[in-house]
Amino acid sequence: MADKLLEIKDLSIEYDTEIATVYAVNGLSLSLNYGETLGLVGETGAGKTTTCLSIMRLLPEGIGEVTSGTIILDGHDMIHPKEEEIHDLRGNTVSMIFQDPMSSLNPVMTVGDQIKEVLKIHKKEMTNDELEKQVDEMMEMVGIPANRKNEYPHEFSGGMKQRIVIAIALVCEPKLILADEPTTALDVTIQAQMLGLISELQKRLNTAMILVTHDLGVVAQTCEKVAVMYAGEAIETGTAEQIFGARYQHPYTNGLFNAIPKLDVDTPRLETIEGMIPDPTVKVQGCRFAARCKFATEKCKMNPPVIEVEPGHFIKCNRFDKSTSSGGER
Amino acid sequence: MEEKTLVEVRNLKKYFKTSKGMLHAVDGISFKIPQGKTLGVVGESGCGKSTLGRLLLHLHEATDGQILYNGVDITHNDPKKLKELRKKMQMIFQDPSASLDPRMNVRDLIGEPLKDFNLCKDRNDYNEKVHEIMHTVGLADRYAESYSHELDGGRRQRIGIGRALAMDPEFVVCDEPVSALDVSIQAQVLNLLMDMQDQKNLTYMFITHDLSVVKHISHEIVVMYLGQCVEYAKTSELFKKPLHPYTIGLLDAVPVPSITVKKRSAQVMRGELTSPIEPKPGCRFAPRCPHATERCLGNDIPLREVEPGHFVSCTLFEGK
Repeated sequence: MADKLLEIKDLSIEYDTEIATVYAVNGLSLSLNYGETLGLVGETGAGKTTTCLSIMRLLPEGIGEVTSGTIILDGHDMIHPKEEEIHDLRGNTVSMIFQDPMSSLNPVMTVGDQIKEVLKIHKKEMTNDELEKQVDEMMEMVGIPANRKNEYPHEFSGGMKQRIVIAIALVCEPKLILADEPTTALDVTIQAQMLGLISELQKRLNTAMILVTHDLGVVAQTCEKVAVMYAGEAIETGTAEQIFGARYQHPYTNGLFNAIPKLDVDTPRLETIEGMIPDPTVKVQGCRFAARCKFATEKCKMNPPVIEVEPGHFIKCNRFDKSTSSGGER
Repeated sequence: MEEKTLVEVRNLKKYFKTSKGMLHAVDGISFKIPQGKTLGVVGESGCGKSTLGRLLLHLHEATDGQILYNGVDITHNDPKKLKELRKKMQMIFQDPSASLDPRMNVRDLIGEPLKDFNLCKDRNDYNEKVHEIMHTVGLADRYAESYSHELDGGRRQRIGIGRALAMDPEFVVCDEPVSALDVSIQAQVLNLLMDMQDQKNLTYMFITHDLSVVKHISHEIVVMYLGQCVEYAKTSELFKKPLHPYTIGLLDAVPVPSITVKKRSAQVMRGELTSPIEPKPGCRFAPRCPHATERCLGNDIPLREVEPGHFVSCTLFEGK
């Protein structure tokens, strides 16, 4: 289809460390249309950040390696790209907003210069005056007075710094932003401001976004599509309505929902998911969640199929395999 | 039945000297915590909630005000008495990886406080006591020889809880004990803390920035803004009927994990925390408040009881 911006198929990524091989991503498939927002949810170690880094081709060289699968971004092969092509794509077609604004800005460069740097690389035809003008516009767009462009990052608060990071990511009007936990380090009121800002700019520039987060609330408020990751695979994908509607739910997704204390409902005791995510250095046969799953059966020792439970809603779980059982409708 | 007050704080203040002037970290906070209950302290970073927790445990010396423990003034204490007191008052820290000595194994981490206070007769007694605590906090015996870096965040936080509970305290200050944890682990730790409270009648002060967590675990809540308490009420009351504009803004800002509750983005609170250094008299939230008027500036707004047990400091509720 022509409106596919990003297509990831059967992606597997390994990290070769001195001690062991870490299987970070295991057969992940995702797709994203132009202008769409996808929430990538999961706990620490689920492989969310690794996935983003691989899209940008920023995996640590010689350590992180894509062992199988394809990533097609806007018609470009991101697994075996030409080096010049990558330079052109990064920052221009795809850019990234990192979690910690403190460590992703250069402390010895003014914020204006940091925004300008991206433009200088990608818009070589622009004169210095044009560059400066665009920097001013971008700063106003993220809500910082342009006359502060000659200040250094330490002169800004955490929320302001994240605004700068957003400005850098968006200044070339990329087709895709990868936002890796962009609000996790911020307070709730600032988080609300940032999410509002990102959504607004995204609509204005018609940019697609992958929002990586562990906060289901953030996903509900911002994303159209959701992919839930567990131990390196997408165990459930669908629209936000389908995932949050909970007509069908992967046992892990369900467990996640029940583990959050809620503001609107009183829960005397939180449900927990017993155990922990499997050791990523061990290759697991069968369902990776089975060891913690209360519905696990013999059958889960085999790799479960991905079932389309309703149009566009995919769950990787044996409970929903209608061909062999009564199905898992709740 | 009259509830017994375990901890009471009266007009507590802590100022820090900085090169730019006095930083008002905690500025006139008062509350009471009944025995066996949890007081939640909620606010954004920089509002002074951690300083408040540290003040109660004498990790900072108060500038002004009083701390009463069991009715006895403990604001200024000589070191000997303080050590006695610390048996009863413990703290669970935010970052389990930073608060545990990397060179000690789990047994010694949990046993360290027992040694410090000479609570064990001999080696066997020590091992037994540690074993018991590990069991209570849900750490399997096989981890006794492990070092903290070998364990995951949830288990590390269990060590932190074990250390705090080793002394059999009455009062525990929990400073963001679950913010570094994933939700499924967070639920396990919250359940553990609540079970401990039920079993041992513990009294908690629970410091957090997460409103859903504070709602889940607390009986009463103090909402802090720039060193001051802006609202103080029973948990159910506060969430049913938040009064202070800051509390309302804070509640509105929390993303709800539900697709049916869409937030009105127009309500997003503007601006950021102003400086806590030499604050001007008047409402400190006024620069961000949608209802701010002339009356909010110039004079400090006292905390008023607008309904039984529901305190708020805001000019909107003057004369009510």
